[in-house]
Amino acid sequence: MAEHVTHEHDVLVIGAGGAGLRAAAEAAAAGVSVAVISKSLLGKAHTVMAEGGIAAALANVDDRDSWRVHFADTMRGGQYLNSWRMAELHAKEAPACVRELEAWGAVFDRTADGRILQRNFGGHRYPRLAHVGDRTGLEMIRTLQDHDIHLGMDVFMEYTVVALLKDGGRIAGAFGYDRERGRFHLFRAKAVILATGGIGRAYKITSNSWEYTGDGHALAYHAGASLMDMEFVQFHPTGMIWPPSVRGILVTEGVRGEGGVLRNKDGRRFMFDDIPAAYANQTSDTEEEGWRYTQGDKNARRPPELLTRDHVARCIRREVREGRGSPHGGVFLDIAWIKNRIPNAAEHIKKKLPSMYHQFKQLADIDITVEAMEVGPTTHYVMGGVRVDPDSQMSDVPGLFAAGECGAGLHGANRLGGNSLSDLLVFGKRAGQYAAGYARENSLGVIHSDEVAAAEKHALAPFERDGAEGPYAVQHALQDMMQDLVGIVRQEKEMLQALERIQEFKLRASRAGVSGHREYNPGWHTAIDLNNLLTVSEMVTRAALERKESRGAHFRDDFPAKDDKFGSCNIVIRKGPGGEMQIRREPIPEMPVELKQIIQEMK
Amino acid sequence: MSTATFRIWRGEKGAGKFQDYSTEVSSGMVVLDAVHRIQAEQANNLAVRWNCKAGKCGSCSAEINGMPKLMCMTRLNSLPLEQPVTIEPMKAFPHVRDLVTDVSWNYSVKKNIAKFTPRPPDAPDGTWRMAQKDADRVQEFRKCIECFLCQDVCHVLREHHMHEQFVGPRFLVYAAALEMNPLDQADRVPALRQQYGIGLCNITKCCTKVCPENITITDNAIIPLKERVVDRFFDPLTKLFRVFGAGSR
Repeated sequence: MAEHVTHEHDVLVIGAGGAGLRAAAEAAAAGVSVAVISKSLLGKAHTVMAEGGIAAALANVDDRDSWRVHFADTMRGGQYLNSWRMAELHAKEAPACVRELEAWGAVFDRTADGRILQRNFGGHRYPRLAHVGDRTGLEMIRTLQDHDIHLGMDVFMEYTVVALLKDGGRIAGAFGYDRERGRFHLFRAKAVILATGGIGRAYKITSNSWEYTGDGHALAYHAGASLMDMEFVQFHPTGMIWPPSVRGILVTEGVRGEGGVLRNKDGRRFMFDDIPAAYANQTSDTEEEGWRYTQGDKNARRPPELLTRDHVARCIRREVREGRGSPHGGVFLDIAWIKNRIPNAAEHIKKKLPSMYHQFKQLADIDITVEAMEVGPTTHYVMGGVRVDPDSQMSDVPGLFAAGECGAGLHGANRLGGNSLSDLLVFGKRAGQYAAGYARENSLGVIHSDEVAAAEKHALAPFERDGAEGPYAVQHALQDMMQDLVGIVRQEKEMLQALERIQEFKLRASRAGVSGHREYNPGWHTAIDLNNLLTVSEMVTRAALERKESRGAHFRDDFPAKDDKFGSCNIVIRKGPGGEMQIRREPIPEMPVELKQIIQEMK
Repeated sequence: MSTATFRIWRGEKGAGKFQDYSTEVSSGMVVLDAVHRIQAEQANNLAVRWNCKAGKCGSCSAEINGMPKLMCMTRLNSLPLEQPVTIEPMKAFPHVRDLVTDVSWNYSVKKNIAKFTPRPPDAPDGTWRMAQKDADRVQEFRKCIECFLCQDVCHVLREHHMHEQFVGPRFLVYAAALEMNPLDQADRVPALRQQYGIGLCNITKCCTKVCPENITITDNAIIPLKERVVDRFFDPLTKLFRVFGAGSR
């Protein structure tokens, strides 16, 4: 066995985005020793890309809002597959979490009377998103980062975990490497929190960076935890599509919240053509009413552009497929048109959407105050993840917790915009609190050297191979395949083909070699991450095959309608005793009467 | 499609040399796209930091044809492609490998700046009131994506290596965001003068010129902070007041 450095902490947090940093803050405040492992530098996680805002029923802008409305909106958006307990906790606790961010130094946009301003967003009945222009995620991660560095925790920047270690049934720590030197590190911990984010890199067109290779999903799976809802991958309706090199970069829903409209090549606002029954009562009938809604008219209903992301993405795909798309295969998103409605529109747009303005100006030579943008769906988020106890966020491996995107439950079949940042805060905090509690009640587990040796051997394997093919080629082929065969619209034949291809890719990945040595070698890192991508791709495909209906973000051409049989169960995945991937349906627990009542009232 | 040459610094811990790579380029590409293509096809172990690829995370800082820039926001059509495009790591920090430098100094500097310390909440529900006008001023500084390009071009750090005496423009902006936050009550003025070394800045505005977020670093952050230091420590009237115990911040 090669050398490694050993570290000991009460709580180990893997991931340093919003959920990880919030969890670490809570655990540190509880008085236990905390380590945070960050795959990149601190403050660079995907949370910085969140633009629109944090959903919380503060009721600063519309006093009709309350946790009850937020709860009902979240459940409706998730097509009732959500963990109702998580949706309840989230709606109740998000406002306090936002206020706490302000106490830690976040500077939100303000209402006229000096309180935190809130904006409209898809699927939210009232203006609910606390925001800072269109860079809310940056504000959030910086606030958490600057808060955490004064709490005495150890931060390991540019470290990657390759395996979780167990002692019997419970968690005992994690094994990983540092990027700069390529040395191995053993992290012993009483409790481990996974906060590794998403799986976007399994797809070709994505808003996610290189980091989002499903590490936490795969680590938890191999450690024996259950995962659920993996068939639900959110394709954000508006990503950039031109020029090709920027394809997938996010265009915030805030554009539509501020009055931006979607048009096809004929200039038609096609979103009016298909309004789901569940939203018919809440959606405007006319363009005029939609505009009034975006301008704060409390009697107006939301424009159809602000329907849920799954629906908008499918409508865009339909327009393109039926030949009504824009020149580069998307549709037009127009905010410039508001100049017909308000004075100083150009200044207003730059003030409300500054990074969108710069992004298009610099990367696409488009002035969004003058011209329409071309947009199309991009892989953005995975609703599925580690199955956790709703209150504590603990997985079914004792001592292993999960929070944020790598956990499952809050969002069900489709996540509402803005519910991600609040998810990170509410459940990051809870994971930190309960992990600290677990750490206080348990001692360090025993580390088994054979597990460590196996993890190390696995990590170093790519150097032993002289395969002609490098890891990038396999990764790109996998991304193309997932995009084509397990994308926005799915069918059994294609997904069975996808499973075969995944087996081929596994073989290719096991042969892919890397050159050079262990110090800051991205080829090596890609080879390691590729294993996780393959695991999560298989999970998504198998879960999607199992759900023979269309619901939320999961749409099947061969089963285009909802099926009640599937409306009351989650698809749960677990590693079987022989290493095979096991899929089963599990009924959703019965919702308490009071919560059912809320949903009825808000229909 | 046409071909362009990229002259990339390869090596470790300061030692190394430029290596030329030719690769296909197409309309709309940015420098980071070309680097990625080279990494995927010709040099799998080429070390480079990046994350968001949209100018929001500040990871891919480098010197492109000698100019400090984000690789993800530098369009190839803004560069003369008939000659090789040189890409080098930042110079104000210790070199690690290829385009990657050790920026950990920045993280330790930040730890030593007094944290946000709000006044008691204005309302019983634990919230504060703030005018948007006051928020605007602080929000300009909070746009910072910590790319450290301003640190890279600052003469005090780059040429004079005074990392022990001077926190650099990034952390003067950080201090300004705290000092000008209407809710904050901590006093960083003595530290600005002593530990942060604000006097070492001679207002050449190089930092402002390279800021990808267009923060008016010198005029809006550093100069007002310098004025606070001068008012506190060098203004004869204030000094007099302080002697008699009537000093103000």
